[in-house]
Amino acid sequence: MPTVDHLSLNVLVFGQCRALVGADTASVRVTVPATAAAVVEAVCEQYPQLAPLRASLLVAVNEEYAPNDMPIQAGDTVAVFPPIAGG
Amino acid sequence: MPDTEPSDDLIALTQAPIDAPSIVRRLVRPPVGAVATFEGVVRDNLRGRRTRYLDYEAYAPMALRMLRRVAAEARAKHPDLDRLALIHRLGRLRVSETSVLVVATAPHRATAFEACRFGIDRIKTLVPIWKREYFEDGDVWVEGVRPMLDPP
Repeated sequence: MPTVDHLSLNVLVFGQCRALVGADTASVRVTVPATAAAVVEAVCEQYPQLAPLRASLLVAVNEEYAPNDMPIQAGDTVAVFPPIAGG
Repeated sequence: MPDTEPSDDLIALTQAPIDAPSIVRRLVRPPVGAVATFEGVVRDNLRGRRTRYLDYEAYAPMALRMLRRVAAEARAKHPDLDRLALIHRLGRLRVSETSVLVVATAPHRATAFEACRFGIDRIKTLVPIWKREYFEDGDVWVEGVRPMLDPP
């Protein structure tokens, strides 16, 4: 059987995402190689309460906004959150 | 009180009330002839619905990183900018409390005005902060914007 590598991530969640998850992090498994978009998919699959927000969700990797195709490596700090509303 | 950055800017997230006059006093030094201050304050309504208070939260390390980026962008645009304060309040804020303060000082007013405006506009489009607004009869997460990665 072919082996599939997975990465386990504790994704930081903020704003409405944190409220919907009910915790500061969301634990997800993504297949390797992983991207920012794959993390959003995994979060929405494993926390279906976030799925309605899927199209608007943003990803940060190591405290920088990440494009959809940004590769995710083991050890990266990954965050998922809705559009920003400071001010 | 926020610490001073290597650039002499004041960059901070704070749970405590923001006292603009004391920040201005800390920033102004002899070559400065102009100080522009912007305070964002909590409005008493959202499209007519009466606001009781707002809860602000941030992704703090990233928010500080982005505030420093806004300061660096302002300096790149305005080499004669003297000092900047970029301070955002977090936690529960009531009507008329200051949620965000931008202060820009410069030898002359054009730079102070422009850098102050740039600072608040960039904070709103770059810094990861969210707010939940509470009314007499319910609450909403205030609709946000997608970040604008490059300065205008």
